Amino acid sequence: MSNTNATRTSTAELQQLAAAGRWHVVETVAKSKAGHIGGPLSAMDLLVSLYFNELAIDPQQPQDPARDRFILSKGHCAIGLYAVLALRGYFPLEELATFDQGGSRLQGHPDMKLTPGVDSSSGSLGQGLSAGAGIAMAAKQLGAGFHTWVMLGDGELEEGMVWEAVHTARRFKLDNLTAIIDLNGLQQYGWPVTEDGDRFDRSNPWAGVDLEGVFDGFGWNVVSINGHEFNEIQAAFDQVRAARCSGKPTVILAKTTKGKGISFAEGTYKWHNGVATPEQLAIAAAELGQAFEGEAK
Amino acid sequence: MKAQRDVWGQTLVDLARSDNRVVLVDGDLATSTKADLFADAFPDRFFEIGIAEQNMVGVAFGLSTLGYRPWLSTFGVFLTHRALDPIRMLVSQTGAPVKIAASYAGLLNGSSGKTHQDIEDLAIMRAMPGMTVIAPADAAEAEAAIRWAAGYDGPVYLRLARDAVADVFDPGHAFNPGAVHVLREGSDAILVSTGVQTSRVMDAAELLTEQGLEVRVLHVPCLKPVDEAALLSALSGSAPIFTIEEHSIIGGLGGLVSELVTSTTLGKTVTRLGLADSWSESAPNAYLLDKYGLSAQRVAEQVRHALADD
Ligand SMILES: Cc1ncc(C[n+]2csc(CCOP(=O)(O)OP(=O)(O)O)c2C)c(N)n1
Ligand SMILES: [Mg+2]
Repeated sequence: MSNTNATRTSTAELQQLAAAGRWHVVETVAKSKAGHIGGPLSAMDLLVSLYFNELAIDPQQPQDPARDRFILSKGHCAIGLYAVLALRGYFPLEELATFDQGGSRLQGHPDMKLTPGVDSSSGSLGQGLSAGAGIAMAAKQLGAGFHTWVMLGDGELEEGMVWEAVHTARRFKLDNLTAIIDLNGLQQYGWPVTEDGDRFDRSNPWAGVDLEGVFDGFGWNVVSINGHEFNEIQAAFDQVRAARCSGKPTVILAKTTKGKGISFAEGTYKWHNGVATPEQLAIAAAELGQAFEGEAK
Repeated sequence: MKAQRDVWGQTLVDLARSDNRVVLVDGDLATSTKADLFADAFPDRFFEIGIAEQNMVGVAFGLSTLGYRPWLSTFGVFLTHRALDPIRMLVSQTGAPVKIAASYAGLLNGSSGKTHQDIEDLAIMRAMPGMTVIAPADAAEAEAAIRWAAGYDGPVYLRLARDAVADVFDPGHAFNPGAVHVLREGSDAILVSTGVQTSRVMDAAELLTEQGLEVRVLHVPCLKPVDEAALLSALSGSAPIFTIEEHSIIGGLGGLVSELVTSTTLGKTVTRLGLADSWSESAPNAYLLDKYGLSAQRVAEQVRHALADD
């Protein structure tokens, strides 16, 4: 299929898209009175980079067999994906208002049977990389040239099934598979930094673990980046493409900030999920450069 | 008299010759399940995932999204228990055409004991919306069910027994999802069974005849969907109902029949025979069947006593 992204979206445009995406996340969650914030925001720069500059996709043909596949394995961040899919033209932005409401195509967790552009259902953490591995194996079998991308959370990496898939991806030489890990350093609750530490200061789930070394040891290509720097993200994607015949899957370890872009949500597990008050929405809108009428519509 | 696992590999090899959607995903047990036949015949369509059951379900789902109809093959217990969540989210909730070939299902699995005996699978899989749940009686029915499942565009759970039982059906038997088979007529009791237990129930019916009792035997190979009208009509009349299964008495065939009967005005009691909410143990087949009341003799005896008490 034709890559509809023949012309690159500029960094300035990506920044604007990401700011809009972040705004849609907080605003939509405020409207629906429940939802996740921190994870969708930490992943936003990666998501817009993928959808606007990397994936070979056509929103008019969401089922095109030749499309690149993307699986949001950390399915609780669905609203982040929906915002980007809407910005990319899969469905109208107004449809975001139906999120989590009865009869909506936009379920609390991604549903491949309902939402155009969603390649795999997710929500129970830890399963997306196996699904991606199966897709990548099928692509190899069929001689299909598309690439499969899976995004996981760093808390999600605690699931054993992830490591089963890490092994399988290497054994089957799935160089057409890439895992992006959103290393925002927080999960839902996790552990305190020290035993007698502040209850609200939570530890990075992988503190003391050499994740680069772990993936390297499993025989993967490892690319470490700042997941909020668009040039670094793009460079990582370029490295993925360069490794297409390496016989190795690639992992992008993307260091991010949970809740990125909204001061009160940044770096705290307390905004893993949450509903912003009108006052908080006003702050978020100002920080993201978005118009806000004063009420969650 | 062939074992279901012996027809399973061979049937899949036959199917794969004409249907290139057929692929097999193994969990390092191909030498037990006889999936190695398939590995020999179609090495490039045989995916050895290793000892990673959750992952193998995810991989099968992924394969299915590109048009394949993958067969998951390992001991059933590790699929219905270890890998239940991926089966739930990626297979059942998406309706993916993944086929779950649950080998060594039930109580009789070569003396491996309770860790490997899956006596809850029917209850678990039956609760899963959109799942077709099949427990064939013998090799002929297993083959027919495998062929049917391969052509069906949705998830299927197939319970396969390790060891051979006396044939219930002739070779070439056709599988019809939902069908209920009346294998024997009689008015003293209605014996309902599923899976390879049906073969032993047929022997039990023979023993009961020798003792002057004539029983109707129903075989329900498909626990979901099931032709409820046909099942109800076969359950009607004044004869008491017994369900007999190589499974827990909770939630499997006994559950199905009880639910159905109590949702009508039939007004009959259902006696459920099977594992009475207990774990089992390692032992030769004959020992287990006797101890847990599933041998022909023990089934006949339990039915006879129940009728005498009436
Ligand atoms: C199997 C499973 N267990 C628990 C949960 C509940 N849960 C949802 S999000 C979450 C924390 C995830 O943390 P992380 O993967 O780091 O995601 P992020 O920080 O990007 O939000 C948990 C425990 C789940 N969805 N699935
Ligand atoms: Mg995290």
